[in-house]
Order: sequence, then structure tokens, then C-alpha cells
Amino acid sequence: MSEQSWTERQKSTFRSKIGLAEMLKGGVIMDVTTAEQAEIAEKAGAVAVMALERVPADIRVQGGVARMSDPQKIKEIQSAVSIPVMAKCRIGHFVEAQILEALGVDFIDESEVLTPADDLYHVDKHVFKVPFVCGCRDLGEALRRIGEGAAMIRTKGEAGSGNIIEAVRHMRTVIDGIRRLTVLSKEQLMSEAKNLGAPYELVLEVASTGKLPVPNFSAGGVATPADAALMLQLGAQAVFVGSGIFKSEDPFPRAKAIVEAAANYDKPEILAEISTGLGEPMAGLDLNKLDDKQRMALRGW
Amino acid sequence: MKPIGILALQGDVEKHYKMIEKLGVRAIKARTPEDISSISALVIPGGESTTMGKLLDRFGILAPLREKIQQGFPVYGTCAGAILLAKNIENSEQLRIGTMDITVSRNAYGRQIESFETEITSPFFGDEAMTAVFIRAPIITAVKSHVEVLLSYENKAILVRQNNMLAGTFHPELTSDNRIHKYFVEHVVLKVKA
Repeated sequence: MSEQSWTERQKSTFRSKIGLAEMLKGGVIMDVTTAEQAEIAEKAGAVAVMALERVPADIRVQGGVARMSDPQKIKEIQSAVSIPVMAKCRIGHFVEAQILEALGVDFIDESEVLTPADDLYHVDKHVFKVPFVCGCRDLGEALRRIGEGAAMIRTKGEAGSGNIIEAVRHMRTVIDGIRRLTVLSKEQLMSEAKNLGAPYELVLEVASTGKLPVPNFSAGGVATPADAALMLQLGAQAVFVGSGIFKSEDPFPRAKAIVEAAANYDKPEILAEISTGLGEPMAGLDLNKLDDKQRMALRGW
Repeated sequence: MKPIGILALQGDVEKHYKMIEKLGVRAIKARTPEDISSISALVIPGGESTTMGKLLDRFGILAPLREKIQQGFPVYGTCAGAILLAKNIENSEQLRIGTMDITVSRNAYGRQIESFETEITSPFFGDEAMTAVFIRAPIITAVKSHVEVLLSYENKAILVRQNNMLAGTFHPELTSDNRIHKYFVEHVVLKVKA
């Protein structure tokens, strides 16, 4: 192979950012707060872990300002596992994002689960080397985040609730929005871009391809293997599980079962088998009893 | 010919599926022992090798697949797929198929911010340069003498073949260039007796 040659490495291209999101498809990304939990998640078959200080259910109960994790915790988690390590920064807090990039996290989640740092602007994600994932409730929000440089989108659901209804609502809303674009005529698309508050070029792209330009995952409320399979059948390409694992009675078997459910999301016989005898799931919240201020999904715009 | 299967437990399955279909070859997503017995060859996609190894084992595919590959069943693994095919994985006890006489080191270029693309030119695939995308990629650190090195980057093997087994550390499926998949179909799948 002496006649072979190659060019210099081009790092952090948009393709290499989306590439990692592609590799996570069909998998389960688990929230962890310690190295021990990260090891359990990896052993259960997680494709990645999300390092954070408190899981959303605890943030909900304890209140106060929720921030980026202590770098020490992130480093401990990075050295405990070989799978990708993600971490959350506050919406608009580009310095937390800079710190997370300096720590070498594999993906940053600019997340509504933490207390927003800016009520007007999200982080300009194009300027970072590390890829970003952002939450959305509808197509317009998804396309705004992609316009800012997100390499992965996740529907928000309602974090820390153990209740899947918002995750379902957001996924259906995004998919309906995509479907609608594919049937509109060309002259309607500019008005639709205005209605969605989304970049016109991205609206045109979705109208012609019938899908988002980046992978679309689901988050917020997954507590059982059936919940994970539901989101995948609805069109999510992978699931984030936050409080659902480590707030349940017996985390390891539940984590393992959710991973197995993601791989067999359309096989009810297998889902029946792996859903058996997992102990109590996390206690859930009736979302009708939450007022808007308690809803994390309403953070970000 | 029976269809070519894409191992669909986790990873960038869809991208490989499209590559194979574009070559005019029927592809299916293979997830069960029954699926594996109905295909002429298998592509193991990129993804998380530890997750795939566990799921292969849990759903009873690992041992029969290993045996099938040892008997000459054609297989192409990319990135995680290459790790699963490797006999030796540095510093790891993870579950694997382990049929290829190669040693790999996982995430050997570093974390995600070190992921990269490069243009490779080689007589192996003709005149036109090929974009190779490396995502938290492994490095093939050693190969036995009967393993053929088809492509290298920075003097390290990135595409290797041992009879019916093809393994690459980069992701042609993330580009629109299907020359590696074409090589797999024409020179591995069709040349190895099914």
C-alpha cells in the first residue's frame, strides 16, 4: 500500500458530530450522578451515559438552581466507563458548555432540566467542537435548535415525572409537523416557516426529505421497557432515561430490560418477557397537578 | 441470492441498509437467530460495541453467529462491528464474536472532539479519493500475517480482510460513496461459498 496517501484530519465537522448521534441510534442513554451508577448503566448495556448532579426527579423535589455538574464528578464518570459520556449545561450558558468541552465530554445536552441561564438566547452551537443535543416540543423548536447547530434533537417530555404523556405528545407533534411539511406546496412553505418560527432552508429540507436533518431521540418520562418501546414505535430513534432507572426499586434489572426493549421495540412477546418481575418503577407524577412553573418542558423556546 | 442482513440490535443500521440496497442487493434488518439463518451475509454496523455484544449474547445469537462465521459466512464489520469481530480487544473483557486474528484498541484516537474525516487515495478502490469518517474510532494495532491489509491511514490498518471477514474502523455508510460495500458484495459475499 505504498501508493496510498491521505489528507490532514478535519475534526469536528458537522458530519462527524451527527455521526456520533447516528451511532447511538436504537440505544438507551442513561442519566447517572456517580461513577458507580455509570458502571451499572454500562453493564446494563447503555450506549452512553448523561452525567449530572441530581436526576430530574430530585431537582423537582429539592428545587433551587440546577447547574452543570461538578467537573470532578464528570471526570470520575469518564474514567469509570468506556462508552460515551454526555453532560448537561444550562440553556444559554455557553461558558458551562466551554468547560464541558474542555473536559472532553462526548456530547453536550443544552437542557431544560437545568435552570436556564438566558431567557432570550440559546448557545451558538456551531462554534463548538463538541456536538450538542437540544430538547424540543414541536417542529419549529427542533429546527431552531438545528439552525443553531444542534447535531441531535430530543423531544422534551416532562423530565423527572415518570409519566410518558408529554413525551408522546411532543413526539407526535414533531412528527405531525414533519408530515404536514411534506404535503404543503412550495409556495406555502415560506408562510409555514414563519408560522413555525423556523429557518426557511431547513423547512425546505424537511419538506423534501420527510425527516429531520439530524437524529431525533426521545426523553422525559420513560420509566418502563414498554415506555421505551412506545417512543421507538412512535418514531424516536433512541431514548434517554433520566430518573426512571435510578429512582426505581431495583435499577440494574430495569436498566437492562429497557436496553433489551429498545432492541426489540416492535416484538410484543419479547417485551412481555423482559418486562416481567422488575420490581417497582419510579413513582410517577400526575401532570394535571403541575402548574406551568413546575413544567421543565416550558423552559427554552 | 438470499438477502444481506444488517445486524439491527443497535447502531447506524439504516445507513448500511441504504448502502446495500443502492447496490441493487436486497437487504434485511437482522435481529433474531431466525433472521441470521435466512441471510447470505451480515453487516455489523457502527454503534456501541459493548451494547451490541451484550444483546447478541442475551438473545442467543452470539454463539451460533460465531460458528457460522468460522465456517465461512461472509461478514463486514464497521467500527463497533470491527471491534466485535476482533479476537483481541486491548484492556477489555467485553463480549465479542472474536473470529478475526486482529487486535484493536477502542476509542484510540480519543474522545468525540477528536473524531475526524480525511480524504484517502489508494489504488485499492481506484483513482478517486474517498472520504473516511472516524467516530470515536478504534485502531487496529496488530494483525496476524494471514490477515490482508487493504487500506491504511497514518500507517495503521483501517480496512482488513481475513477470508470471509472484512473489518473497517471508519464509516463509509456516513458518506454516499459505496465502493467499500461494493467490494464486500462482489469480492467477499459472491466469492466465498455460501
